Amino acid sequence: MLEKGIKELHDELKSKKITSDELVKESIKACHDIQEKTNSFVTIIDDATGTEVTDELLSGIPYGIKDIFSTKDILSTGSSNTLNNYVPFFDATCVANLKKHGAVGVAKTVLDELGMGGTGTTGHTGIVHNPWDLERQTAGSSAGSAASVAAGVYPYALGSDTGDSVRKPAGYCGIVGYKPTYGMISRYGMFQFASSLDTVGVLSRSVEDAAIAVDGMKGLDKHDMTTWDSSNIHLYESLNKDVKGKKLFYIKEICDIENYKNPSEELKEHLNNFKDTIKKCESIGISVEGVSIDRNLLNALYPTYMVIYGAEASSNMANLTGISFGPRGEGSTPDEMIKDHRTKGFSPLIKRRFVIGSFVLQRENQEKFFLNAKRVRRLIVNKMNSLFENYDGMLCPVGTGPAKYLDDSKNNHDKDTVVLEEILQIGNFGGYPSITIPNGFINNLPVGVNITGKVKDDVNVLNIAYALEDVMDYKNQIAREVK
Amino acid sequence: MAYKAVIGLEFHCEMKSHTKVFSGAINGFSKKPNQLVSPLDMGFPGTLPVLNKECVKKAIEMAMILNCKIPEYMEFDRKNYFYPDLPKGYQLTQFFNPVGTNGKVTIEINGEEKEVLIHDIHLEEDSASLDHLYDTSNIDYNRSGVPLLELVTEPCLNSADEAIEFLEHIKRIYEYTDISECDTKKGQIRADVNVSIMDEGSKELGTKVEVKNVNSFDSIRKTINYEIERQSKLKESGHYDEVVQETRRWDDDSGTTIHMRSKADAIDYKYFTEPNIPRYKITKELLDEIKKNIPMLAHERKEKYINEYNLSLYDASVLVKNKDVSDYFEECVKLGSDPKSACNWITTKVLAEVNKNEDTSIKDIFITPTMLAELIKLIDDKKITNNQGKEVFSKMLEEEITPLEIVKKYGMEVIEDTNLINSLVEEVLNENPKAIEDYKNGRTNMLDYLVGQVMKKSRGKANPVEAKEKLLEKIK
Repeated sequence: MLEKGIKELHDELKSKKITSDELVKESIKACHDIQEKTNSFVTIIDDATGTEVTDELLSGIPYGIKDIFSTKDILSTGSSNTLNNYVPFFDATCVANLKKHGAVGVAKTVLDELGMGGTGTTGHTGIVHNPWDLERQTAGSSAGSAASVAAGVYPYALGSDTGDSVRKPAGYCGIVGYKPTYGMISRYGMFQFASSLDTVGVLSRSVEDAAIAVDGMKGLDKHDMTTWDSSNIHLYESLNKDVKGKKLFYIKEICDIENYKNPSEELKEHLNNFKDTIKKCESIGISVEGVSIDRNLLNALYPTYMVIYGAEASSNMANLTGISFGPRGEGSTPDEMIKDHRTKGFSPLIKRRFVIGSFVLQRENQEKFFLNAKRVRRLIVNKMNSLFENYDGMLCPVGTGPAKYLDDSKNNHDKDTVVLEEILQIGNFGGYPSITIPNGFINNLPVGVNITGKVKDDVNVLNIAYALEDVMDYKNQIAREVK
Repeated sequence: MAYKAVIGLEFHCEMKSHTKVFSGAINGFSKKPNQLVSPLDMGFPGTLPVLNKECVKKAIEMAMILNCKIPEYMEFDRKNYFYPDLPKGYQLTQFFNPVGTNGKVTIEINGEEKEVLIHDIHLEEDSASLDHLYDTSNIDYNRSGVPLLELVTEPCLNSADEAIEFLEHIKRIYEYTDISECDTKKGQIRADVNVSIMDEGSKELGTKVEVKNVNSFDSIRKTINYEIERQSKLKESGHYDEVVQETRRWDDDSGTTIHMRSKADAIDYKYFTEPNIPRYKITKELLDEIKKNIPMLAHERKEKYINEYNLSLYDASVLVKNKDVSDYFEECVKLGSDPKSACNWITTKVLAEVNKNEDTSIKDIFITPTMLAELIKLIDDKKITNNQGKEVFSKMLEEEITPLEIVKKYGMEVIEDTNLINSLVEEVLNENPKAIEDYKNGRTNMLDYLVGQVMKKSRGKANPVEAKEKLLEKIK
């Protein structure tokens, strides 16, 4: 039953073939079933119960919540030891909105510590395994959400996306990952990582479910000044597959195989598969053209991202002192207590990022690093905006192939692929709507393709993904490895 | 040898507003800790700042009054440092783009005007407060997120007197605009005081010493005088190298300043613009609206009192020194009192009563403007005499009843019956032929005696002026 989409589940509930309570219980059991193999969850909410089934599509249906979101009276750790005992007394706005629509949270999912990292391996409760192949990464940071949705324990789960944290794991796990336009969904109650990039997103097995879930979360929030009024946007109702005449572009420098000196077999297959997807687009009336972007600009993407997120994260996470929440550090002065809390609480990766963040913000470095990064970000966004004047969106392969190995020594490390690996960060630079959908298999592992469009043009982006999904065979697929 | 002192001030003032500057918690004063707190004020994960427009408007208003340049956009920056009273790990302030820059105000020192240059004024949030006990410290988050305006002057003041006069001037503006109560007892003001000395006539500035967190005007005066004296003594004795660029604090108990940290320990606050608050456009419409609503300030009221009400400079100054007193006066005038009479009553009797107690404000005493206006009207209408008026005033305070009630209770009403007064005058004239004779022979003071006799017969109820007039008529 849980492998169905939201609309189907709603119909089942409405026709009383199953009750919400039964569905929730089934979901909780499924969570337990995959936990040992995938380690997707920080908390499975065993006492969750069904809700009244109304005309709301989301009512009575279980879903998963990345542990970066505050959930009232339920442990919310951010997968960090600095918050390993933190129980919020309020719900994140997106969680509260889903609650209002009758949705039932059944699990809190593992992430890379505080959202920082893209491997699914740095959470305080351990590594998350890809349900398609347990020796592989899920990518991250929305690792547990991606793994659990791919394994079919509920139709959708919340993610957060600062660089590609929803859209990359979606690619690796063969599902849909949708990051709406910045400010469409309130960030209130989502632990801040890099505020100018952070976006609430969703992982699901179909574009339709992603649309329904975001419809249930979005809206102006008086607690988040960056939200905007989207009450005239109805994502689910707007899906119609009418995409004839739409125009997409791809970046030649990263999508054409000729631009790589020693491409791996996987990369060749991945980009070949991407070409096939372009043909599929054309078959439904979408034109796709290659465009060139200055290499210098492309190469600046990742360093720019590192500088901005490092700076913002070092400040955002300065509230984690163990003074009024989180485990209290030891020491005889507040300074010692704060130091002890942070030294013990954070993983080495985060500490390194804090060092970078502090460094680029120092008075003598700020102009050279932080302010220049903001300028480069502006240049990149300007370039994208000018392209969006002529195109409905950018089409892009997700990553450089299927999921990487957990054992990093088995992975291919090619400097030439850095830009392709990190390109989805463009979506966060401009706050663009961006969605990943599965577009094939390489070595029996799923791979994904991404569509990124202009700000507030979510309907258009989703509709293109919806039409494209329809002419491919990967909608609603489930990872069978863990079943 | 006397040196020239150079003083700059950073004056922090807690603003009045319904809610805190970035959260929905009430901005108020609570003796009980942690009563006025929202999740943001404690830095809980995922909480976001929401800018209070009321505070923005007031900050812009203050910047306008200080003749500052106002930026196109309102922006906020994070000042990053770890301290237990700073729950988010940073303070939201305006570092790169303050709400006002390059302003100036004119103050009056001993009858002479002086221009004080304002470097900038910015809107920021207060920290929590710490209560240090024997072996533990408590944190009270009530103050966390309370709106603050920080006003930074150029180093252009030259004495404690000038500094205090400037601060009094600013305090009056805050009170008259209702931007702040400036209540020292509630810890609403704090100043960082920068003091250096230099040779008279020299152009080279001396070494600047900063004294942080001085929290009353009295302490600010003492701090400045102490620092000038300390630095002067060192310079005089050839030890000026011992005056170093450092941060000190004022110690009230010893009456001295104490070293806190040297310049080398200065913190790099790693300022950057707050990404959670979109730039807020300061439109011309907003500026016009704010400008239109700036109330009449102390010096404007003073001019009005002098020019329109013909009050003396001295009286006008006394009235506007405190906004509540000025408001009290204006209320009386509004109720119809003659401005001069109202001024006389307020500057003498009313303020004498207020000043009996240090903690008493003009709002606290029993006599309201309505009652004072009623009293003045009774006198002006000649229903009671001036002397009776003073008696009524005292009785109002003693018995806490209105002037009309007192007049009625003690039968103080002046006799308005002309026939009665005429017959009393007749009586007195008949009984005192000798006095009339004396008066006619040049002893003019006998008239007062006769008036007194009429008053006595009327048991004080006759109008003495009227009685005098009648007597004169008859004698001639």
